[in-house]
Amino acid sequence: MTAPVPDSAAAPPSPKVLAITSGKGGVGKTFVAANLAAALARAGRRVLVLDADLGLANLDVVLNLFPKITLHDVFTGRSTLADAILPAPGGFSVLLAGSGMVEYSRMTPELRDQLQQVLQDVTPRFDHVLLDTGAGISDVVLYTVSLAGEALLVATPEPTSLTDAYATIKVLASTQGRRRMQLLVNQVRRPGEGRAVRAQLQQVVDRFVNPQLDSPVHLDLLGELPADAAVREAVQRRQLLLDTLPGAPAAVAMGAVAAKLLT
Amino acid sequence: MEATPLPTKQAAPLRLEQALQLLAQAGHPPPTGEAGSTRWLQGLIDALVDLSSRDALTGLANRRAFELALARETDRVARSGEPALLLMLDIDHFKRVNDTWGHAAGDQVIKGVASALLDSVRPMDVVARTGGEEFAILLPNCGSAFGQTVAERVRRRVERMPMQVAAQQQIGVTVSIGGAFAPQWVRSTPALWQQRADQQLYLAKAQGRNLVRLEPAAVSVVSNEEKRLLFETSQFHDLE
Repeated sequence: MTAPVPDSAAAPPSPKVLAITSGKGGVGKTFVAANLAAALARAGRRVLVLDADLGLANLDVVLNLFPKITLHDVFTGRSTLADAILPAPGGFSVLLAGSGMVEYSRMTPELRDQLQQVLQDVTPRFDHVLLDTGAGISDVVLYTVSLAGEALLVATPEPTSLTDAYATIKVLASTQGRRRMQLLVNQVRRPGEGRAVRAQLQQVVDRFVNPQLDSPVHLDLLGELPADAAVREAVQRRQLLLDTLPGAPAAVAMGAVAAKLLT
Repeated sequence: MEATPLPTKQAAPLRLEQALQLLAQAGHPPPTGEAGSTRWLQGLIDALVDLSSRDALTGLANRRAFELALARETDRVARSGEPALLLMLDIDHFKRVNDTWGHAAGDQVIKGVASALLDSVRPMDVVARTGGEEFAILLPNCGSAFGQTVAERVRRRVERMPMQVAAQQQIGVTVSIGGAFAPQWVRSTPALWQQRADQQLYLAKAQGRNLVRLEPAAVSVVSNEEKRLLFETSQFHDLE
């Protein structure tokens, strides 16, 4: 059997581990994970992106990888963890889930232990571990986020995305005691819209969520990425924006976001 | 065997008199087996462990044992995904009991509440006295649908139990109860769980006492009111 998992209280989640989540799908979560990792790697950091969207993985698609070894092989003992960590185009490492692992769409005690063990083993070997979680607020997503020291919410200014981001904040605050969450606003139509979105979300949190809590939830704006046709082009080419069109406004903005994580 | 257990050679260097006196004082039966034998020593250790896990006045789990149970349950819930409920309780206006009837009466009330609590939960639940007039109940495998029912049962049982504070004198006391479910599947800490239950206890006290307040289930539903504020275009719009 696997090694005993330490007590939940004994090993607090590492601040090196950043869970990228969104509530709503299709807001650019995986795009952010891959390009943020590339930007951090350029700054000399050792970065691993773990595709934690176990039910519907697509990091491999975004990076145009055809992995022979995935997390599934690690979980089933067919591969070692070291063999499953693959180099990605942007100079970072990936641990891929492989698509269509439907058996991982529900949380089980085994899956819980396996994920925690994998994370515990990889974290000392990297400066940043980015967890690309699935869409929605399923128990797998919530559990994955609970393994991370930092939570990054990706949202667009669209009403449906804002609503889902807000719902995610509520759930993370009440079930995990999270009081600080990072916000990245994607596809902004004018400069400063990210700040307005953060203020709007914070206002609703202050009014409806914080009165229920012992201490208030605070949202930090990690940055904003402009709506940029180059993003779509890079994704369709299955390439990193930072590699194909490094001068594109969204690529430049991603560099600024990464710089904030470096300090 | 002799009446007083004489330590054998092996156990001779151990100073056991005080431990044995403590057991006798607590009304604990002495360990069985040949004095000084491994079995006898194990019995002595078990008895001491039991003694240091209990509250002397009520016989309930003490704070130390409760914290250990809470840590175990936090881990178990996150592993198994089973629901579990933590209730924090506090006797309402306990100071008045002490001030009016004296501390001996206060002790009687605490013992009475302890037995009311034990009577209203399952054998598998951990009932603890965590402080002066503060208690906690840890209920493993308690679904969210039953939380309110069980907490209300506890509250009513205490409310209805007459407490003997003096010869010919009975009084009634009440408790305020706050509760929170452990987040299933989520890595959490015992401290956070207890904080959430304490927060509800605080609200139960503030809202008038003799009340049960359970933390509402984490809702991912966003109300129309919340949405309206979320999509408010102007930051300076009148919020009310």
